[in-house]
Amino acid sequence: MTVSYENSKVVYEGIRASGVRSISALPETWLGLLLQRAEDDPEMTLIQVAREEEAIGIAAGAWFAGEPHILLMQNHGFLAAINGIVSLAQLYQVPLCMLIALRGHWGEPYPWHTRGGNVTEGVLRALGIPFEYARDPARVAQQIREGYALSRSSLWPAALLLTRDLMEEAP
Amino acid sequence: MERRHCIELIYPELQDKPVVTIMGACAQELYDLGHRENFFYLQHAMGLASSIGIGLALHRPEETVVVLDGDGSVLMNLGTFATMARYAPPNLVHIVFDNGSLLSTGGFDSHTTQGVTDLAGIARAAGIPHVADTSDHMAFGEAVVAAFEREGPSVVVARVKAVGPDHYGMDLHLPENAFRFARYLSGRRHDT
Repeated sequence: MTVSYENSKVVYEGIRASGVRSISALPETWLGLLLQRAEDDPEMTLIQVAREEEAIGIAAGAWFAGEPHILLMQNHGFLAAINGIVSLAQLYQVPLCMLIALRGHWGEPYPWHTRGGNVTEGVLRALGIPFEYARDPARVAQQIREGYALSRSSLWPAALLLTRDLMEEAP
Repeated sequence: MERRHCIELIYPELQDKPVVTIMGACAQELYDLGHRENFFYLQHAMGLASSIGIGLALHRPEETVVVLDGDGSVLMNLGTFATMARYAPPNLVHIVFDNGSLLSTGGFDSHTTQGVTDLAGIARAAGIPHVADTSDHMAFGEAVVAAFEREGPSVVVARVKAVGPDHYGMDLHLPENAFRFARYLSGRRHDT
């Protein structure tokens, strides 16, 4: 399994094209090349966290500061961040634009990812968070822009699920 | 030393600084001194007040950001000290009231009750450059003033009694607080 260099670039350029210059993240394999780009970009502020729930607080701080912001995390990190999403972002109507690496889903070879992969969509639905799957590199920049716009207009989280089709090289 | 006296002592210094508090007693005691548009009370999501402070401080370097935290909350997010040390916002002052109690959620013992766990020690070991451990008003006041004056993230631990207000309630809806806090900050940006 190799992470797609080209599509990581496409996703990163999509983030930049949405006007965002601030990212909080917990690194993981599928997000590695993306975050490398963020680190090498002198215009981008990248804040890595020790646990994903912290990033919900950091995103709220960025919102209060007036700084456009996107969160990058794995779906298991999303699961770890739920109380922050519910009791900070949703309670106080703070927008969150989350790009979530959807591990443990269609085609997953690693057993440890599979429970989280199976429940991610159901948890997003239970939380009332609108989401889309990002599969096509030709569409992903638009999906990021639209998810970002929706989170800001609704003052609510929005999630874009980064799939295997997008993030891994075809075998 | 009581937390409400500590907050009262520094209250005049807080009038031009964005302040993020944790839930319950700490929020109420600040509110009771007189709400200001630059105060944000995080009434839930325990542990994240300091994360909000980091996000705010990194994106608004011209502001001195103050977080009023507690032992119960900070114990839920100890990683925050490491994140704070790594990005080291020079304009962040993180005050941790350690009363050794989960006072606002029922008065249960916290991990610091027995005096075994040392929050200032944890902050230091995480790499926070300026950490003060205080147990009287004089030392607390001096540590906070020094933190306001210097560059570099500061943690001030204040060892206080496990007592809180005899009433709770604010004439402020939670999203209203968030909206007004954001407006205060956008207004400050336009002023400068």
